[in-house]
Amino acid sequence: MTDLPVFPVPPPDDVTAPWWGATREHRYTVQRCAACGHVQHPPRAVCVRCGSTDDLALTDASGNGTVDAWTVVHRAPRAGVAVPYTIARIRLAEGPIVLSRLDGDDWTIGDPVRVGWVDLDDGRALPVFHRATD
Amino acid sequence: MTVAIVGAAESDLGVTGRSILTLQTQAVTRALADAGLTLADVDGLATTGVARFSTTQLGEYLGLAPRWVDSTFMGGSAAEAMVARASQAIEAGQASVVVVSFASNQRSARSRSLAGVLEEHVPEAQFETPYGPLFPISYYAMAANAYLHAYGGTRAQLAEFAIAAREWALRNPAAFRHGAGPLSVADVLDAPMVSTPLTTAHCCLVTDGGGAVVLTRLDRARDLRRMPVEVLGYGERSVNTSMTAVDDLTANAGAVAAGAEAFARAGITAADVDVLEVYDSFTITAALTVEALGFCGRGEVLDFVQDGRIRPGGALPLNTSGGGLSYCHPGQLGVLLLVEAVRQLRGEAGERQVPGARTAVAHGTGGIFSAHATVVLGVDR
Repeated sequence: MTDLPVFPVPPPDDVTAPWWGATREHRYTVQRCAACGHVQHPPRAVCVRCGSTDDLALTDASGNGTVDAWTVVHRAPRAGVAVPYTIARIRLAEGPIVLSRLDGDDWTIGDPVRVGWVDLDDGRALPVFHRATD
Repeated sequence: MTVAIVGAAESDLGVTGRSILTLQTQAVTRALADAGLTLADVDGLATTGVARFSTTQLGEYLGLAPRWVDSTFMGGSAAEAMVARASQAIEAGQASVVVVSFASNQRSARSRSLAGVLEEHVPEAQFETPYGPLFPISYYAMAANAYLHAYGGTRAQLAEFAIAAREWALRNPAAFRHGAGPLSVADVLDAPMVSTPLTTAHCCLVTDGGGAVVLTRLDRARDLRRMPVEVLGYGERSVNTSMTAVDDLTANAGAVAAGAEAFARAGITAADVDVLEVYDSFTITAALTVEALGFCGRGEVLDFVQDGRIRPGGALPLNTSGGGLSYCHPGQLGVLLLVEAVRQLRGEAGERQVPGARTAVAHGTGGIFSAHATVVLGVDR
């Protein structure tokens, strides 16, 4: 997955900066609402379950998930990108669904996966997922 | 309801070499001519995709200063939503004659990208776009992947939506693929792969094109030259912009809700629908919309559409123009779904006419199952 990112990762905003900060240490975090317990991703300024704007904080995620859906991309979205590659929705063990990459193209929905990291030039890292081996 | 569509028309379609505003002008003036009205009669305007100030831009170009405008951006469902809003505006006395239009020259202008439109400030730019999903294709591809896994259908069954669309297009002289001959299952499955399991044959065309419909009060409509096509019901839902917000990719919950609301408002059920025009950006889009609108049970649509049910002469005439897959796909097909529904209800569809059609449904889908709007139309004969 050395071709990542396909498009540059924009600078973080006021809410997402701590999330990207944790990626520098290869920590996968999710936003949790202390008022209602809801876990959401991406981080935002409001809890979409209870509406709280004051009780949201990042917490470390396990890095474990399962494949929710996947597709092998055979056409490059811009010139100079090598295909094929596999895009997937990953259901994190904590609940939220995230978009990411899988290695290879031999996947079945429900397969367990584990987070890995692709380091970006600016020190941040982009999470990708590999087959969980145990 | 007390509002009717009294005019409908296409602009030039296909590869036109024309500008957006030329195509818009064609669509609007042809739809007005169809109605027996002129630009001077128009006091309401609804459109998108012209410019940042879409209705203002088009209004000036046409020499109009409308009393009422709507440029709500809902992608492929905008036109259906605009019919609802126009109906409300007419009933409220805010406008008497409303034109809903759209046109694009995306094929001639080569303005479409496999990456979609990138907006750096939205969350997807940080959390999704860097991975390189095709937009919108990879989302629909994942929906197909999830559906086939959950319900055990086959890629060959899904191909039926492309095959049936081609059969309709062969009967529509305006269709981009009118002269292309029929499609086989093998043609669809063996076409170049784009984003598994979707090949190019599962994906809509990229063409220029546009259309417009004209609405006014039903009592005035009865004095005009065409059979009025009544707006019987409408409903809409706005759901998601990211690829991760929706928990169940197979549910198409936005279409379920929009359709249920429109059907209830019209007092109909799926069994009452003679002609169905749904957005077919991809085969899976049409499949999950037919299912969401209640024409079959959850998980049943791939079996449901076999044996010619959605082809010409079948029990559920679907996308009778040939749809986005084989007729025209200007980037927002929604208005052309309405144009085709109107023609079918007026009995003007020539070789592809559904005999005696009295009730039609148009369902627009924008983005990645993002924005939905359903319109129920009917004629009294």
